[in-house]
Order: sequence, then structure tokens, then C-alpha cells
Amino acid sequence: MLSWILEPLQFAFMQRSLAIAVAVGIICAAVGCYLMVQRLALLGDALSHSLLPGLAIAYIIRIHLYVGAFIAALVSTYLISLIHRRSPVKEDAAMGVVLSGFFAAGITLITVIQKDNKIDLAHFLFGNLLAVTADEVRDTALIALVVVVSIILLYKELLFFSFDPQGAEAAGLPTQRLHLGLMMLVALTVVASMKAVGVILVLAMLITPAVTAYLLVPRFHHVMLASVVCGVCSSIAGLYLSYYFNLPSGPAIVLVLSGIFAIAFAWHQWQKTRAPSATIF
Amino acid sequence: MTTLSVSHLTVNYQQVPALRNVSFTLAPAQVVGVIGPNGAGKSTLMKALLGLIPVVTGTLTYGDRPLSQQRQRVAYVPQRSHLDWTFPTTVWDVVLMGRVVSTGWLRQFSTASKRLAMAALERVGMADLRDRPIGQLSGGQQQRVFLARALVQQADLFLLDEPFTGVDQKTETLLFEVFHELAAAGKLVMVIHHDLGAVVKEFDRLILLNKELIATGDRRQVMTADNLLRAYGGLAHFGQAA
Ligand SMILES: Nc1ncnc2c1ncn2[C@@H]1O[C@H](COP(=O)(O)OP(=O)(O)O)[C@@H](O)[C@H]1O
Ligand SMILES: [Mg+2]
Repeated sequence: MLSWILEPLQFAFMQRSLAIAVAVGIICAAVGCYLMVQRLALLGDALSHSLLPGLAIAYIIRIHLYVGAFIAALVSTYLISLIHRRSPVKEDAAMGVVLSGFFAAGITLITVIQKDNKIDLAHFLFGNLLAVTADEVRDTALIALVVVVSIILLYKELLFFSFDPQGAEAAGLPTQRLHLGLMMLVALTVVASMKAVGVILVLAMLITPAVTAYLLVPRFHHVMLASVVCGVCSSIAGLYLSYYFNLPSGPAIVLVLSGIFAIAFAWHQWQKTRAPSATIF
Repeated sequence: MTTLSVSHLTVNYQQVPALRNVSFTLAPAQVVGVIGPNGAGKSTLMKALLGLIPVVTGTLTYGDRPLSQQRQRVAYVPQRSHLDWTFPTTVWDVVLMGRVVSTGWLRQFSTASKRLAMAALERVGMADLRDRPIGQLSGGQQQRVFLARALVQQADLFLLDEPFTGVDQKTETLLFEVFHELAAAGKLVMVIHHDLGAVVKEFDRLILLNKELIATGDRRQVMTADNLLRAYGGLAHFGQAA
């Protein structure tokens, strides 16, 4: 058993993949808790899809790919809220429009430039965890640090704002800035996750650990901790599955996450039938 | 003496007026009922006082300064139906939210804040349930938790949106007890109430709204057949039963 665990770690590429998988597992699972309670799961999806054109443009003008992706994600959130505020269009519809438009632009741009450059659209769509570089490990670790420290420092404000935005605003919290800050954390998180699972499956990394934890524990910081544990375990398990069975790493991680959610759901159902009177008293 | 004065307040939603030219002044140390039919603009009045929605015209002063410069003196209890009761949080965590702003950025809740939260929970009879998830509370219990959250803010002006909707008799009695205590301590308590049942007797003063100010004063000045007809239209008979 131990050798089964240790064997892959003799390879530097597996050490790097594991580092990224764990970092991404932590921040996706933590940030996803805010998206879940604010019913913004779709926004996580929109942000991740819309970073593609930023990537392509960054590639063309030779700036850091993460910077381009981050800017594109922020521009798309801005457009979503602009459409929603300036017209009767509902927020989810605005997200649908912006998400698909940006995604299409990204695919088009990358398809055009990938002929001359050595990049592969599939790697952005589905991730390529086993081929991360040392620089990417460093950047991801840095992003993870920023996200985790921000959440710890702003914990009580973000909790108040997430639960009762009007109450928080009435009490004097700068709710617009908190919302913007949260969106920047989501954007950073999806940018960092692109390598691990790709933009299509990052939604699962954000939301599945959060809802799994939500079924198990009742307090927000417990939900967040349980979510992080679930995210990290799935990342590690998925990576090993991908190594031993030669599976694509992103989907392998997401399959483990889905499996854990299914178990949590079954447990939740069983609890309900066992103690039907334990709810509203 | 800290008087709340609202003068010529007009509020629109997308160019449609919700409140027109509303003016009144309220002395502290009383419990004020804000009444009027559904859609009368009662919640809108509170949100304007709280700075949650922009005002088209009008000035809001508290004491001798604009209310907008004194947010920390105001505590708000939103309408219960507008909150997410499936949110993963407990009674204790919600009450402590009332201490977030006074605690300040990058700090943890002090022992004094926790003591205040405990005292507030005891006052509303919820201390034993402090670890309970909010989704497992009855309507009355939920309302008491939010009252406790307002109490720990140590405000001077309390604004409560329909706190009596869907609560049990015991909670209703407790809410009025606390309101009268606050008034006795010199606070101003404004409470939205959408029907004209017997509880109207409990208010020291009433504000009757329907898009504009219909009447304000004590119960006898406000609850006249003429005023109720203007506020409630054909439903006025329903008011006179009170
Ligand atoms: N966010 C909003 N956007 C547009 N119209 C609104 C909004 N909130 C309230 N209104 C309208 O303003 C009027 C007053 O609403 P409100 O203050 O909630 O009434 P009350 O609390 O007295 O029932 C109603 O006609 C309502 O439909
Ligand atoms: Mg209302």
C-alpha cells in the first residue's frame, strides 16, 4: 500500500502535479462555499469559460497567461452586471449570454493561433495536470496563498454579507466592494485551476465539495473546512487514479468528487428517514 | 434630544414613485408603528432611512446631522421572508453578525462582544438554542434571533420590518416587552406592521402610509374612518374592527 502511494512521487512531474492538485483543491473548495450560499454557481461557470479569450490574447501579446485570463474573467463579470443593471435582463440570462460569447471567442482565437504555436486547445478545456512546470507550481501556490489569506482575514465580513447582504449594507459594510473582492477571488481561483482540470470542469471543483459539505455539517466555517478536506482528498485520489489507470487527470478528480457527493447524499437521505422528527421543531 | 426627521421624502423605483413627499418627525423614547396596505411603501421608507435605496428628493436628519452619517446608530431587522433560512449558520453566528462592524476589519470578536451576544440571547429566551442551525427554528424563534442581533448593535434607532408576521403569541408579547424597554431607555423603535389587528394599541404613535403620508399621531388621531378609507380604500371596514 505504502509503495503504491510513494512510487509515483519519485517522479518530479508527479510531485508538481500533486502540489497543484492540492492547492487548487483547497481554494476551489473554499471559494465555492461562497458561490453556493449566494446561489452563484453559474457565475463560477461563466467566469471560468470566459477566461479563454484572455489566455489567447495574452499568448499573442506575450504577457503572462494568468494575467490575461484574470483580466478576461473580471471583464466578463463586469459585463454581466452591466447588462443586468442597465436592462430588465435577469442575471442568469446575462451570464448565459456573456459566458457563451466569451467561450466562443476564446475557442476561435486559440484555434487560430494554435497552428503556429505549440499550444493545445484541449489542454485549456480539460486541463493537463501531468504536464505542469515548476513556474506554474510557484504561480499557483502564490494565488492559493492570496486566496486563503483573504478568506481568513475577511471571514466575518464575507459571512455577514453572504447571509444577509441588505443587513450588512445597512450595518455599514461596503457590500459592493466585498462583492467585487469575492469575484476577484473566484477569478483568481478559476485561473489557477485551469491547468489542473480545465475551464469546463472547474465548476465541479468549485461547487461539488461545497454542496457535499453542506449536506454534512451545519455551520459555515465547518462547511468550508469539510469542503476543503473533500476537495483535497478528491484531488489526490483523482491524480493517483489518473496515474495508475492512465485516465485524464481533470475528469478523474471530478469523478471522485461526484462519488463523494453521492455518498454524502445517500447518508443525508438515510439520516432523514432515520430521524424524521429531527427537523423543524 | 435625538429627533428623527424626514422631510419631503420621495423615492422611485424605475421612475415609478413608491413614496411621494413624505414628512414627519419622531421624538425618541417611543415605539412607532408604520402601517398601511401591501405595497404602501412601508419597506421602502425603511430602506430609504437605512440608505439601501437612493432617494429622489428629501432630507433625513437624526439629531442635528444627516442620518447617512450615523449608520452605526441604526439597527435593522429585515423582513423574515427575505432571508435565506437554509443558509448553513447557527443562532450564535447570526447574533454575532450584529458585532461585525463595531469589531472592525481584521479583528476577532472580543470577549465583550460575546458577552453582549449571550445577554441578548438570554433576553429573547434563545440562549439554550444558540448552537441550533437557523433552519431548524420556528418563525417566532427566527424573529427573536434577529431581535437579538439588533440588540447587540447597541443602536439608538431600531427599524424592524414586519416582525410580527408568522410569529407565535409568546414571541409577539416578548417583542413588545423588549420594544417598550428600549423606548424606556430613550431609544426610538420603528416597527412595520401590515394589518390593523389589536396590536395597534401597543404603539405609542402611528404612521399611516399609502404612497404618501396619510396621517401620523396617536391612535385616536390616525385610526379615523376617513384616514383608513384613504389608506385602505374599500377595505376600510377591515380596519375599524381593530
Ligand atoms: N426593488 C423594487 N423594484 C421595483 N419596484 C419595487 C421594488 N421594491 C418595491 N417595489 C414597489 O414599490 C411599492 C412599495 O413597496 P414596499 O415598500 O415593499 O411596500 P410595503 O412594504 O408597504 O408592502 C410596491 O408597489 C412595490 O411593488
Ligand atoms: Mg414590506
